[in-house]
Amino acid sequence: MTVSFTGEDYLEIRDLTVDFDGFKAISGVDVTLLQGRLHFLIGPNGAGKTTLVDALTGLVSGTGSAVFRGHDLLTMKSHMIVRLGIGRTFQTASVFEQLSVLQNLDIAAGVHRKPGRLVRARRKVPESVEQALETIGLTSLAHRPAGILAHGQKQWLEVGMLLVQDAKVMFLDETVAGMSTGEREETGELLKRIVGDRTIVVIEHDMEFMRRYADFVTVMHTGKVLAEGTVAEIQADPQVQEVYLGTTSEAVGHG
Amino acid sequence: MTITDAGSSEAPQLGDAGGAPVKTDRTMAPSRLFKNYGALVAIGVLAYLLLVWAPGTMTAFRLGNLGKYCALALASMGIGLAWGRGGMLVMGQGVFFGLGGYAMAMHMKLEAAGPGEVPDFMVLYGDGTMPGWWEPFRSGAFTVFAIIALPVLVSFLLGYAILKRRVKGAYLAILTQALAVAFATLLIATIKQTGGFNGLNTFTTVFGHNLYDPEVKKNVYRVAAGLVILFLLILWQLYRSRYGELLLATRDAEERIRFLGYDPANIKLVAFVAAAVMASVGGAVFVPIAGIISPTNVDASASILLIAGVALGGRASLLGPVLGAIAVGYGRSSLSERFPTQWTYFQGALFIVVILFLPGGVASLGARLRALLPSRSKRPGPDAAASEALA
Repeated sequence: MTVSFTGEDYLEIRDLTVDFDGFKAISGVDVTLLQGRLHFLIGPNGAGKTTLVDALTGLVSGTGSAVFRGHDLLTMKSHMIVRLGIGRTFQTASVFEQLSVLQNLDIAAGVHRKPGRLVRARRKVPESVEQALETIGLTSLAHRPAGILAHGQKQWLEVGMLLVQDAKVMFLDETVAGMSTGEREETGELLKRIVGDRTIVVIEHDMEFMRRYADFVTVMHTGKVLAEGTVAEIQADPQVQEVYLGTTSEAVGHG
Repeated sequence: MTITDAGSSEAPQLGDAGGAPVKTDRTMAPSRLFKNYGALVAIGVLAYLLLVWAPGTMTAFRLGNLGKYCALALASMGIGLAWGRGGMLVMGQGVFFGLGGYAMAMHMKLEAAGPGEVPDFMVLYGDGTMPGWWEPFRSGAFTVFAIIALPVLVSFLLGYAILKRRVKGAYLAILTQALAVAFATLLIATIKQTGGFNGLNTFTTVFGHNLYDPEVKKNVYRVAAGLVILFLLILWQLYRSRYGELLLATRDAEERIRFLGYDPANIKLVAFVAAAVMASVGGAVFVPIAGIISPTNVDASASILLIAGVALGGRASLLGPVLGAIAVGYGRSSLSERFPTQWTYFQGALFIVVILFLPGGVASLGARLRALLPSRSKRPGPDAAASEALA
């Protein structure tokens, strides 16, 4: 579990355990999320990937520690975690369907807005919103209601909202699920473009997508970390092969 | 959620008011201008009707009735904000209506008693001594302060306790309604301090002006109607502001808002407190017009009647709650004149018809009719083309 390079800002998870009435959905997980890379979180269904993200974003409570910029996320409320610079998406896109694309982004920009400015109407588009529109490629649809967007576009809008929030750590829960091949490729390129000094954690089932874009991979299995490393290291790991990769059909059966 | 379908109403909605375009070429399209300021025109028309036309043509009796409906409309606007925009079905607004109403009534009661004297009912039911907390209400300035400060204080404490615990939906409705029941029960039980079931009545003056003077009566009406217009303007700005968008977004997807870094409880708390203040001001102007405030004005059924008006008019629209309150008020008085025993059935039937066939309320009627006309329903197309031609 040694890490080859260090970033400035990192999220350190130590001995994280989530206990649902005796059932340990996650037990004793240690993961360090470093800046500037696309960190993939993979594992069979029920491995605890989403629960891990839920625990880190205040949706479920866990024990252990998860420290980012000196704050233990496990003791914080969801909206305060967001204010610290940690954002997430959900498996089902949850944009505000009645609001326009622009309004969706504008609401996301509100985290950094003083309460007094809320009573005023929006007169011009904030720069961060315009940039995000450009980055996610939805400028031409800015005034359309988000409800009419295609599935892939909604996911990009969610990513755009995280950009506007200026999230330093982004958890993307199965963002490319249900996307066409072309959309997956665009999503991958989008993530590469925006990663910069951020930490982007991608929960994913699509192995092809993982192989192509992952800088680092953590494999989870039955609530524990099974293996960590680069794509090549993970693929060479016999344990991982057994539960997950390559020999999927039989492996998942007894995993 | 059924609440969202109220969003199809014609009145200001997300995006209508102040929807800032990225590219400037659309700003000046006529329909857009109309959408931005159409609500202001409507408020202007209403202001003319309430402030110029009605006092000029109506009898003093009818004008007094309209004034009462205006007072109820103030409380209804608050319900429109909390329920229509914030998704909180507040069924106990009578409590806040009562706070403002009783504060005003206490002051007027002390005015009627004269300096240093005790209100008549305290001599009648009690031993003729006045509780200490009545004393500050001798001051008109304190009374006006209390009409605002009391509901702010009470609704903040209540709202904080309720909303931070994430109580919502039917639970919030039942809780607030139970409060109205408790409040009315408390008033009835404390006859020596609050006048009990009879409430507070037989006033003579309001802030030193003789209530039997027709001109004073007219002015009291003008204050009520003026406050309706003022509150409409405040709400118009609130609904087009970023806060208004945020409140709607919270109503429709509270959990999502949390992950944008907002605490939804705080957003809703602002609307809850504002609604309480509106109800309190409504109660305060109701008293000099009606000449009485009693537990029946503030209990659960009074609260529900307010809700009915809001639902009838259109809870999520700007003007809906006002029109609904006035319509329910008129319906009530004219039907009860003609059918003294059956009028409640008419009201109930009307309520059911509106909920079934016009869930957005009467305010959405225009939008519904427009949608039925095929040639005009596809407005974005030609409009966009026209604005491009202009650019």
